[in-house]
Amino acid sequence: MSESTGLGAVGLLSRRRVVDQALTVTLSVVMAGTLALLLWVLGYVGVEGLKYLGPEFLTQTPPGNAADAGGGFLNGIIGSTIMVGIATVIAVPIGVGTAIYVQEYAGPGAGTARFLTDVLVGIPSIVTGAFVYAIWVVHFGFSGIAGGLALGLVMTPLIVRTSEEMLRLVSRDLREASLAMGIGRARTIVSVVLPTASSGLITGVMLAVARAMGETAPLLLTALGNDLFIETNPTKRMSSLSLQIFGNAITGYRTAQARAWAGALTLIALVLIFTLIARLVGRRSAIAGR
Amino acid sequence: MADHRIDISGLSAFYGAFRAVEDVNLTIEPGSITAFIGPSGCGKSTVLRSLNRMHETIPGARTEGKVLLGGQDIYDRSVDPVAVRRAIGMVFQRANPFPTMSIYDNVASGLRLNGVTKRGVLDEVVETSLRSANLWNEVSGRLGSPGAGLSGGQQQRLCIARAIAVKPQVLLMDEPCSALDPISTLAIEDLMIQLKTSYTIVIVTHNMQQAARVSDNTAFFTVEGVGTPGRLVETGPTRRIFESPSVKRTEEYIAGRFG
Amino acid sequence: MAATTLSADVPPSLTRPRGGRRADRAFRALTALAAALVIVSLVAMALFLVDEALPSMRHYNPVSFLTSTRWAPSEAVAGSSSVNPYGIVQFIYGTLLTSFMAMVLAVPVAIGVALYITEMAPAIIRRPLSYLVDLLAAIPSVVYGFWGVFALIPALKPVGAFLADTLGHVPLLGAAFSGPFFGYSYFAAGVVLAIMILPIITAICREVFAVAPSDEKDAALALGATRWEMLRMAVLPRSRSGIVGASILGMGRAIGETIAVTMVIGNSVLAITTSILGQGSTMASVIVNEFTEANQPFHLDSLFVVALWLLALSLVVNVAGKAVVSRTSRDIA
Ligand SMILES: Nc1ncnc2c1ncn2[C@@H]1O[C@H](COP(=O)(O)OP(=O)(O)O)[C@@H](O)[C@H]1O
Ligand SMILES: [Mg+2]
Repeated sequence: MSESTGLGAVGLLSRRRVVDQALTVTLSVVMAGTLALLLWVLGYVGVEGLKYLGPEFLTQTPPGNAADAGGGFLNGIIGSTIMVGIATVIAVPIGVGTAIYVQEYAGPGAGTARFLTDVLVGIPSIVTGAFVYAIWVVHFGFSGIAGGLALGLVMTPLIVRTSEEMLRLVSRDLREASLAMGIGRARTIVSVVLPTASSGLITGVMLAVARAMGETAPLLLTALGNDLFIETNPTKRMSSLSLQIFGNAITGYRTAQARAWAGALTLIALVLIFTLIARLVGRRSAIAGR
Repeated sequence: MADHRIDISGLSAFYGAFRAVEDVNLTIEPGSITAFIGPSGCGKSTVLRSLNRMHETIPGARTEGKVLLGGQDIYDRSVDPVAVRRAIGMVFQRANPFPTMSIYDNVASGLRLNGVTKRGVLDEVVETSLRSANLWNEVSGRLGSPGAGLSGGQQQRLCIARAIAVKPQVLLMDEPCSALDPISTLAIEDLMIQLKTSYTIVIVTHNMQQAARVSDNTAFFTVEGVGTPGRLVETGPTRRIFESPSVKRTEEYIAGRFG
Repeated sequence: MAATTLSADVPPSLTRPRGGRRADRAFRALTALAAALVIVSLVAMALFLVDEALPSMRHYNPVSFLTSTRWAPSEAVAGSSSVNPYGIVQFIYGTLLTSFMAMVLAVPVAIGVALYITEMAPAIIRRPLSYLVDLLAAIPSVVYGFWGVFALIPALKPVGAFLADTLGHVPLLGAAFSGPFFGYSYFAAGVVLAIMILPIITAICREVFAVAPSDEKDAALALGATRWEMLRMAVLPRSRSGIVGASILGMGRAIGETIAVTMVIGNSVLAITTSILGQGSTMASVIVNEFTEANQPFHLDSLFVVALWLLALSLVVNVAGKAVVSRTSRDIA
């Protein structure tokens, strides 16, 4: 090669270096910006929420007049617990059962089932709410059960998807070891496959619970809300933490907004706790260890 | 010892539409060790798994032909595949102890899942099985620790203990030593020779020395090419197969593997 | 049975127990029932939405919902069906505009973040970084809406005013950026949605980048390629349709987002506002806003018409996204 090519290459190299440096800087800035965004959201809610979050907020119901100061979202916290509880009771057996069917029995139909699950995951929760309104509220009125049903419909496909993935990670070896000992299919699934996948399954359920805790729109169409008193009867209309945040946030009263910020912080804390537990459980998975 | 001779006649095995092995006829004598040898892909594992109806657990897989265990066709409509697998245990190429269970629970799992719960019975069976598997001395002090924490060779012996805990009549082993170091391999070979007095053993192996060391009889399988079914070429006492095979292919294969 | 299996000398019966393996069959049937319930719920959802929407679609010409941009429930008269006061084009427009904006804003950031995490970050902080980005997805919609009103909108005001002052006066393009800007707007909704779908797109992109074969990357580096050249040679070309699929799926998610959008979009329903700085509604936001107060003739039924179209739109977009993503992963595998 001639000298001139060598010189040209050096020039080229420096331009290539600049482009590469620019990329490094750009990516770093984008990453930092994203983290800053997260910090902004969490920090803002934290600062605003801490102004009012306290024992009173966690043990009282809202004042009769939204413009008044004081009170709290105890009824919403209780309502969220009840409705998410109902949803979990519905969604876990159906979700895990479906995943078992798809993964262990369906064979060639598994692809179709997987596709339908993905379709269900993509359905807007507001549409789910409208559906529950049509099948339940029209006949029995707004209620905690309707809210739980809507949240259950939101959770189920999420649980199907993660459970199915977790079951798929359980190696065929283990199923074969069990079957080869003369243990029936059902017994093999219940005593070998599910325990092996258990931490992954729990992770999936926790993430679905976290998601349901934060849902607002479908509850507006099903549970409707109840700011007046603590309702523990699920056949009656019921409040949730998310509904109370929404209701108080849009009033325009500073006092109500103070409650809403405290509620938002509480909700984020709950959701993050569930997400964190999910991650921790997932890390200790028997599958991950293999 | 009860008669649990295995008589295979006209056995073919399929994966979907693909015929993986064709027309296997073979008798496996009780109380002996039979080795399946042959190039990979010739259907050794498939035949082995057809002997305890594990083959059909793969979606789309099925068999044709008969496999008699003590005169009874295990493929008869009246036969429960789960009962067949209880009578014919299996050890796999890769040790697969249950990761969520302790050493004790692994060995006890077969009994427990079949409804035995008495602690005394379980304790006894766990100890005898681990002793039979030559593992007791190494693990007796830590029965409660996870089975997955053992070395590869120990895990494989744990799987053997687990398989014999349900007292099968026959033990099928699919390349049980291929993932193990030479010392563990020797330990397992010794074990097989001990176990032969109580169990009929069928072992798939790629290791000709191993086949020569442990087996009484040898069955040689081969396959012509990809997409064609594997066949049983010849079978007989191991000595004869190794010293004076009657089929050229067998001789070539054995020479090639030893050479 | 246990006793027979324990004594090796008596061969256990191989015969099928009477009644077969009842537990096995019952268990299988139960799981099949669960799966059937899931499928039934999907079908039932479509049927019930149609059923609820039907009175309105019978009363008015079903096509007329898609030909008008005027949603004026107070003008509905029980007896008359000549003019349909429930035009929904402006909501479809709002949904598509905001989710498209969200996609345009989120995709470059998501690609950057995913590249940073998979290609640049030291191995030990990759996982923590992914978790942090995923946290953005854990924050509930209602919190984003609330934060949007009080933190984001004030910050967007100067941006909006700047856009209106500059691009707003450009011929043609101006219509899309004309002021005035009051904060509540398609723009604010688009930005909130972008933040909400950022983690989803990032997660898929991360997976797509991660499957680029490392020997090709090594080969590129061994040829003397810089990191950027390596990404361009070995990573990005294989990732193109994965990124497209991720973007579509992110958009699919944005289409159904309700509460956060409702809180920042301004909720005007009467017509299409062309400027992204103006106020409007999406299909989801109009449903949640008017559902429990729908007291005009055919009002609630017409909201179900909106829900039906929203379902259809989100299905189409999600299925398309899914198809593109799965095609990529098959190409790669
Ligand atoms: N799960 C399976 N699905 C489809 N074909 C298979 C499967 N397992 C094995 N085969 C095919 O069956 C033939 C025999 O395989 P196998 O019994 O595993 O051979 P060997 O154990 O002798 O190596 C091979 O052609 C193999 O490709
Ligand atoms: Mg094999």
